[in-house]
Amino acid sequence: MANLTQFGNDLYTGKRSINFVGNRRIWFTVALLLVLGSIAVPLVKGVTTGTYFNFGIEFTGGSQFTIENAESTDQEIATEAVAAAAPDAVARVSTVGESAIRVQTDQLTPDETTAVTTSLADAYGVTTGEVNTSFIGASWGQDVTRQALTGLVIFLVLTFAIMAIYFRTWKMSAAAILALLDVLIITLGVYSLSGFEITPAAVIGFLTILGYSLYDTVVVFDKIRENTSEDGEDSPRTFAESVNLAVNQTLVRSINTSVVAALPVAAILVIGDFVLGAETLRDISLSLLVGILVATYSTIFVAAPLYALFRESEPAISKRDKRILAVRARSTSAVRPAVAGEPLSAE
Amino acid sequence: MWGGATVEPKLALDLEGGTQIILEAQLEDGQEVSQEQLSQAVSIIRQRVDASGVSEAEVNTQGGRNIVVSIPGEADEETRARIEASAQLEFRPVLATSAPTNQFVGEDGEETPYPSPDPALPAEPSVAPSNASDLSWVTPALQAQFQAYDCANPPAAAADAPKDQPVVTCETDGSVKYILGPVELSGSAITDASSGLEQTQSGGTTGRWVVNITLDGQGTDVFADISQRLYGATSPLNQFAFVLDGAVISAPSMNGLITDGRPSISGSFTEETAKTLADQLKYGALPISFEVSSSEQISATLGSAQLQIGLIAGLIGLILVVIYTLFQYRLLGFVTIASLVVAGVLTYLAIALLSWRQGYRLSLAGVAGIIVAIGFTADSFIVYFERIRDELRDGRGLEAAVEAAWKRAKRTIYASKGVNLLAAVVLYVLAVGNVRGFAFTLGLTTIIDVLVVILFTHPMLQLLAQTRFFSSGHKLSGLDPKALGAVYRGRAQFRAPTETVRQAKLASSSREAQRRQTIAERKLAESQQTSSSTSTATKEKDS
Repeated sequence: MANLTQFGNDLYTGKRSINFVGNRRIWFTVALLLVLGSIAVPLVKGVTTGTYFNFGIEFTGGSQFTIENAESTDQEIATEAVAAAAPDAVARVSTVGESAIRVQTDQLTPDETTAVTTSLADAYGVTTGEVNTSFIGASWGQDVTRQALTGLVIFLVLTFAIMAIYFRTWKMSAAAILALLDVLIITLGVYSLSGFEITPAAVIGFLTILGYSLYDTVVVFDKIRENTSEDGEDSPRTFAESVNLAVNQTLVRSINTSVVAALPVAAILVIGDFVLGAETLRDISLSLLVGILVATYSTIFVAAPLYALFRESEPAISKRDKRILAVRARSTSAVRPAVAGEPLSAE
Repeated sequence: MWGGATVEPKLALDLEGGTQIILEAQLEDGQEVSQEQLSQAVSIIRQRVDASGVSEAEVNTQGGRNIVVSIPGEADEETRARIEASAQLEFRPVLATSAPTNQFVGEDGEETPYPSPDPALPAEPSVAPSNASDLSWVTPALQAQFQAYDCANPPAAAADAPKDQPVVTCETDGSVKYILGPVELSGSAITDASSGLEQTQSGGTTGRWVVNITLDGQGTDVFADISQRLYGATSPLNQFAFVLDGAVISAPSMNGLITDGRPSISGSFTEETAKTLADQLKYGALPISFEVSSSEQISATLGSAQLQIGLIAGLIGLILVVIYTLFQYRLLGFVTIASLVVAGVLTYLAIALLSWRQGYRLSLAGVAGIIVAIGFTADSFIVYFERIRDELRDGRGLEAAVEAAWKRAKRTIYASKGVNLLAAVVLYVLAVGNVRGFAFTLGLTTIIDVLVVILFTHPMLQLLAQTRFFSSGHKLSGLDPKALGAVYRGRAQFRAPTETVRQAKLASSSREAQRRQTIAERKLAESQQTSSSTSTATKEKDS
């Protein structure tokens, strides 16, 4: 603790400073590489295996097997029987009424369907005639997706407007939304890489991440607003340095918050991954864990430097920055300013 | 009033199971149902189910002609009726109305039923009707059928009547008997229907409940024609009927020319009847009719094991959070933990209450949402505590630091929680199904979080700031000014804020470079100068 407190003190006074804004070329390159990588993963997967994302039965529909007069209503038996006959399929098993079992799987080929039917009939001690098969449609249909997307777009537009009003500059809104896209793409990329199924639970995880990402950015931006608006004409810092100081001053908060948010989710992911049949928990916690970490990263390394970049070229700000740098060059002061980066206008 | 109240929240389909209702499309001979029609029906049924609250039902197609509706828990009669209402909504013009009985007072002074229509009566209009309201539709055969029709005991299902022919039917409550013209517009032309108080032109309300309808483009044109024909016609020819599954749910008269496709129905509505009619109009337009082919209990797909794993994992996560918080904030961490406990209890109570009153159900995604909310909630405290530390670093006393930090942290917390609440409200209003359930959980935890930080955490810190343990900056308090780098002035006195301001003013008249430092930087410079009093303080550049 002492170390992090000391670290926090140093960040607050400016004794120690990580140059998030000044080194933005590096950070933007890293971000761009991550985004390109995240786009490439599903593309490569799509070309090699034919599926870009592994959508769950709720989106694609699938096959349904109903076993009448089963000897046992143990759901485990069905899960194992399906796994034996069609290893790739994820089975959702439930009992219907007194003695019927309903098994829903991903869309199967006719061969697989026959294999699963036989396997299920054997497992439950019935004839294959007592296993009915049918196709089921998506429960999460196009209409649900469309409404969720409409909601999302309206939400983003409203957030953009409200942030612009609250911070009194649309440039913060723009930086926040770009950082949000960064988070979304990287999270999707990691998801595709893991090969986990995209289920409604995972989609809800993504939505949570969008909320978290914006939330995290607003907290840090509020400190930036405070610092830059309190800087008068006499400030010793350029605009970019003020932004950087704010990010550094909130760094301990960012670390603490992401650790506290990530710990319970990580616990679910680890436990959900080891216990059989906890796929839903695993799916949602993966998107959440990746999203929380990426959101924290993105606010610091993408949103704040972007904001500085957007604002610097404004005449009033660039004029002030130039004057500050000129004064600094002449100054023989013993104490150098908080962020001693390269002169930003030279970049 | 307390019926069905339990302390435990109800669980959703994935955790508890529920009722599975299979609906089979009713098709006439040779009629095919397209996949498009089925998914349209799925969408309408989903809206109908969702209209009853946040229920997290699951609706999907099965095979070529079935729709499967899975509802958590027991499906009550109301929900079942709402799903089963196979509802085809049609607009037909009214040709004639009468009392609902099929009896007349004969010459003997006794009530006698009208005879069954003579099959020999001409059933084809003698003159080709020029439009749907043309009275030549009413043939002698139809007239006799109308007279013999008994609303209390209808002879045939009017729902199956051909669309291009007139029909005899009754109001749903059996109060009026009608002859209606052919179908002019089907219910799918309605894009929206809502109930509300009637607006006057000046923007006030008349206090009367009305049902407002919005029609799609084609519906607007057709309705404009109908309106033109019906407006000013003699009663009952100025009426048009909304026919749901063969029964008239409403037959308002045309009181004006409506060409903008936004008719509104007024009448003796109460708030409730207006809403019911609006719902009927909005969700009534199924493209095909369905019949329940089976209705059975189904078990949970995930089951209690998943919930247990989730809860155990959440608990382990929480313990880790507690350890980390205590490590970071020492005894101050207990304020975080106590606040999280208060927020947790409030969330639980709110969910139990809503589950009992509003039919809210907790799904696994909802549980995950609540676990993530731990992070959101803890962040309010972290933002606040870090601000207090910042103020202490600036040399304020603890009580002053708490107040100053609260003023700043409050703004940040309101702004960021505002974004969360906005997300929740927008998604709740616009989305359907599980997304709605998620939005609900998010909004609920956000509101509780803000309440806890204002009404519990902040007052708690105000109280603690007055205790010796915290205000003296005990090492274990997590608010030790020395550890936070504030300048110690002896006898537990730290530089007071007023002094700092004065210093700032003094400093402003000194050297330019010095003037251009923040309080924190100046302190840093001072401390460095005192540590190495002779040499010039230089700052290392870390990155």
